[in-house]
Amino acid sequence: MNTTLSQKFWNVAFYAFVVVIVVYAIFPFYYAIVTSFATGTALFEIHYFPVSFNLANYTAVLSSPNFPRSILNSVFIASTTVIFALFLAVTASYALSRVRFRGRGILLMTILGVSMFPQIAVLAGMIEMIKFLGLFNTPWAMIISYTVFTLPFTVWVLTTFMRDLPIEIEEAAIVDGATPWIIITQIFLPLLWPALVTTGLLAFIGAWNEFLFALTFTLSGDQRTTPVAIAMLSGASQQEIPWGPIMAASVVVTIPLVILVLIFQRKIVAGLTAGGVKG
Amino acid sequence: MTTPDTFQDRSKGQGRDTGPSLQQQRARAAFWFLAPMLFALFCVAAWPLLRTFYFSMTDTTLDDLYGGKFVWFKNYFRVNTLPSGAVSYKGTLVDPTWWNAVWNTVRFSIVSVIFETVLGLAVALALNAEFKGRSFVRAAILIPWAVPTIVSAKMWAWMLNDQYGIINDIFLRLHLIDHKIAWTSTTDTAMIAVLMVDIWKTTPFMALLCLAGLQMVPRDIYEAARIDGIHPVKVFFKITLPLIRPALMVAVIFRMLDALRIFDLVYVLTPNSAATKTMSVISRENMIDFNKFAYGSAQSTLLFAILAVFVSLYIWLGKVDLSGEGSK
Repeated sequence: MNTTLSQKFWNVAFYAFVVVIVVYAIFPFYYAIVTSFATGTALFEIHYFPVSFNLANYTAVLSSPNFPRSILNSVFIASTTVIFALFLAVTASYALSRVRFRGRGILLMTILGVSMFPQIAVLAGMIEMIKFLGLFNTPWAMIISYTVFTLPFTVWVLTTFMRDLPIEIEEAAIVDGATPWIIITQIFLPLLWPALVTTGLLAFIGAWNEFLFALTFTLSGDQRTTPVAIAMLSGASQQEIPWGPIMAASVVVTIPLVILVLIFQRKIVAGLTAGGVKG
Repeated sequence: MTTPDTFQDRSKGQGRDTGPSLQQQRARAAFWFLAPMLFALFCVAAWPLLRTFYFSMTDTTLDDLYGGKFVWFKNYFRVNTLPSGAVSYKGTLVDPTWWNAVWNTVRFSIVSVIFETVLGLAVALALNAEFKGRSFVRAAILIPWAVPTIVSAKMWAWMLNDQYGIINDIFLRLHLIDHKIAWTSTTDTAMIAVLMVDIWKTTPFMALLCLAGLQMVPRDIYEAARIDGIHPVKVFFKITLPLIRPALMVAVIFRMLDALRIFDLVYVLTPNSAATKTMSVISRENMIDFNKFAYGSAQSTLLFAILAVFVSLYIWLGKVDLSGEGSK
């Protein structure tokens, strides 16, 4: 009797813990959505459940001159950065995962080191370079500077993916006289598509969310990326923070990410853990 | 590795019988495959890093990047002797605002990483059990991770609002507090606010890394322990924890490095609060807002040095295998 009772207790406790985890994880975003549909005085009353469904905040934010533009900027910057990084990373990670050469271990550690680098440490030098190239306040400033974290990350994750591809395929190709270039383009790329999608998506999210460089390298409202645009949304006066539009803008830039993450969740988890956790 | 001439040689004489050995050919190809990536990394990482270090030893300002004089380590430390004979010390290393930022960063990093590791491990243990709706829970915990940092800062700033915030409302209902608290603007609570957001946002990441470690523990070990009647708590500390230690060590260092360079959350959630300003925030502030470009560069160089020393010590003392090659 006693054992089943205590078992029941632990079962209930376990499910209670799981419910707490889910509520804790979802609630802030849920509350942002609830707030984004509230206007006027409803905004300043606390409601745990939606009471109104008013799109005024969304129309306000989407018809403002700079916010839609910032979305376009972010899409352009993040996709260009990712394409650039993947392009350079595919051949590099083939060399790092499949060819034995002296100094490979040190090179890998250096690349990992760069990906964990504090961005602020390169900020001063980066400002000089961007100004020298005349790219200040253009999307290219972000595309160049984001390479500092997207490139090492993509190289690292693709290297761990490629290491797990069966060596026999490659050996057969070598016997048939395939050059390394043929091996990459004809044999590895088709096998690597899933890994490329995962890595690209993770790098895209990283670039989409970046704040320090975007804040430093943009001056005018029409060049901002979404994180900077949201951080800079302000009301008529300093004291009056437009919480409704801010929440609407937040929901607009987050929903696509949440959907992507939920669709690709298995792949993303694999990509995130490919970095270090190999047992 | 290889030199450019031999490469050209080979491409000219493609059809010759006495070509280089397969190993040499591959090593050569590897060099050319790596070259563009290394060049790009040199341009965006090594060169700006060296320039930042150089700027930190000049008196450059933001308006005139090329007009600075070389002043050695005066931005870090210098002794000023006034005509009256009084001696004063100047530079980042004796700057109380810098040490305040160092202390804030270290305090934030240690507390957040401890909470995230413990909570992440708890969530991972729950997700490692078989139960109905497990995949739903796993999807749910990915949401905080997917929300951009700036968005989470704004979301929580609203929830932590002193007048209309829902956190004050919940805490008042639960009788945890007896009056509304201005979380983000009060000196005593600003750091707690930053920690709340960071722990919410990053625990999922820790949980997923811990879960990946847990899933490598063979199930029959648990089975054997259960048959032997060993208490689950003992199983956790004697079996699970030692087995996932390598994965945990790697996860902790990734998080720690991320925490030590934190910028965006602090900048947006608690702007201009001395109680939360971190090393990254204060270096950027000096560099851009206060037009002390060289001084800010010195601070960011110090942050880089602190991180480098920390990583080396951690890898050396913890014998962490980051490359994942040792286990293969």
